Amino acid sequence: MAGPQVEHIVKSYDQELSRLRGLITQMGGLVESQAANATRAVIEHDVQAATFAVQDDPQVDALEREIEQFAIRLLALRQPVAADLRLVVATLKISGDLERIGDYAANVAKRSLVLNDMAQPYTLSGLGHMARLVQEILKNTVDAVGDNDASRAQDVWHADREIDDVYTGIFREQITYMMEDPRNITPCTHLLFIAKNLERMGDHATNIAETLHYAITGEAIGDERPRGESSVALNRRTD
Amino acid sequence: MAVSERLRPGPIPAAAAKADAQSRISIRGLNFYYGSNQALKQINLEIPDRQVVAMIGPSGCGKSTLLRVINRMYDLYPGQRAEGEVMLDEVNIVAPDIDLNQLRGRIGMVFQKPTPFQMSIYDNVAFGVRLHEKLSRAALDERVQWSLTRAALWDEVKDRLRTTASGLSGGQQQRLCIARSIAVRPEVILLDEPTSALDPISTLKIEELIDELKRDFTIVIVTHNMQQAARCADRVAFFYLGELIEVGAAERIFTNPVKRQTQEYITGRFG
Repeated sequence: MAGPQVEHIVKSYDQELSRLRGLITQMGGLVESQAANATRAVIEHDVQAATFAVQDDPQVDALEREIEQFAIRLLALRQPVAADLRLVVATLKISGDLERIGDYAANVAKRSLVLNDMAQPYTLSGLGHMARLVQEILKNTVDAVGDNDASRAQDVWHADREIDDVYTGIFREQITYMMEDPRNITPCTHLLFIAKNLERMGDHATNIAETLHYAITGEAIGDERPRGESSVALNRRTD
Repeated sequence: MAVSERLRPGPIPAAAAKADAQSRISIRGLNFYYGSNQALKQINLEIPDRQVVAMIGPSGCGKSTLLRVINRMYDLYPGQRAEGEVMLDEVNIVAPDIDLNQLRGRIGMVFQKPTPFQMSIYDNVAFGVRLHEKLSRAALDERVQWSLTRAALWDEVKDRLRTTASGLSGGQQQRLCIARSIAVRPEVILLDEPTSALDPISTLKIEELIDELKRDFTIVIVTHNMQQAARCADRVAFFYLGELIEVGAAERIFTNPVKRQTQEYITGRFG
C-alpha cells in the first residue's frame, strides 16, 4: 500500500507512529555521519574524525534501545495491522541493521588510528573508492527511510553489487602486498578488516532497503539479492 | 474429544463428501433491496467448505444483511427482496420455491445477544431436533449431549439439564444457542457478532469453539472486532456501502490488503 496515508481516527496513534519514524530517521542520520567520519579517518588519516565516529556509538546504541522499547509499546497497546504493522516491525529490524552499521563504522575508525602509526607503502585509492560507494549507498538508504521511498530502496538494493566487486579487488590487492613483504601483513590485515567492515555496512544497508521496500509495498523486493564476485570463492581458488 | 466422537450421531453426509477447498456456498451477482434501498450490490463470494469466513466492515455496509440472506431471514419482512444466486450445492437459496424449514435445518444462525428460549436447557437444545426429526428418547438424549459437548458446555450443565436456561451466564447462554444451532446438524453456521455482548474470557471460549467446530461445519461470522476476525477466520471479506471491496486469506488482509478502503478501515483510518 504505497502512497500517502489518511490520518488515523485516533490522533495520538498517528503521533506515536510519526515519533517512531522520527527516531529511526534520527538514528539513520547519526549512523550516516558516523560512517562519513570513519571513512575520513582512514582515507585522510583524520584523528578527530576517528574520535567522533567512536564517540557517537553509545548514542546510536541508546537510540536502538529507545526504538525497540517504543515499537514494543506500540505493538502491545495499538495492535497495529497492515501498513502500520509492517512499519513498526520494519522499524525494529532497521534499527538493528543501523546499529550494526554504527558498530562497523566505529571499528573502522579504531583501526584507522592503529594504521596511522604504521608505514603504509601502498595506495588507499581502492579503499577510498569503496568507502565512497558505501557512504553513497548508506545516504540513499537513510534518505529512502526518511522519505518512505520504495523505488530508492530498490536502487540501493541493486547498488550493493558494485561494493562486493570492489571488495574482492581490495582483497586480492592486500594479499599481493602481504606476499611481497611480510612486514605488510599487520597493516594489510587491518586494511582487510576495514574493507570487510565496509562491505558488511553495505550488506546491512541492503537489508534495510529490503525491509523498507516490504514495509512500504507489502511485497518482497526480489527473490535473490544481487551479489558481486565473492572473496570466499577467490579464497578457494588460491588454496 | 473422545466423548464427542463417541456421541456423534454419524457423519454429516453433505459436509463429509466435500473436499477441503471446495466451495460450500457460492454467491453470484447478488443484489438485495430493503424496499427501494439497495443494501447489497453485485456480491460475488465463495464460502469454502469447513472454513471460517469473517465479514467485516463499518455499520450499514451490508455484512449482516448478507448473513440474513444466506438463511432467508428477510422472508419475514415484506418489501425485502434478493436478486442473483446464493448456491448451496446445486440449490439457489434465494429462489422463491425453497422449503425454508429445510433450508434453516441446513444453515443455522446464532445472534448477537444470546436468545435462549424460556424452557429448560435440555428442551432448548432438543427444540429444533424435534421439529426436523423423529428421534427416540434415547437418541434425542444422545443428540442433546453431543450438541452440548461440541458447544463446550456439557460439563457445566450436565447436572442441571432440566433447569431453565435463563439461569446460565451470558457466555453459557451463547454456547447454548450454538449447541441448539448444531443440534439439527446443519452444514453451515452463521454467527452474527456472537461475542459482542460477552466478557473477554467467554469470548475466547466461543472463539476456541469456532476453531473446534470448523472441522465439521462451514462458518460465517460477522464481527466488528478486527482482532477476532484475525484470530478466528481463514478468510476475511471486507464490505463497504453494500459492496464487497476485498476478500482474501486473513493473514494477507491483515498484513497486506490490496484495496485502499480495506487498509484504511482495518488500520483505523476510516473517515
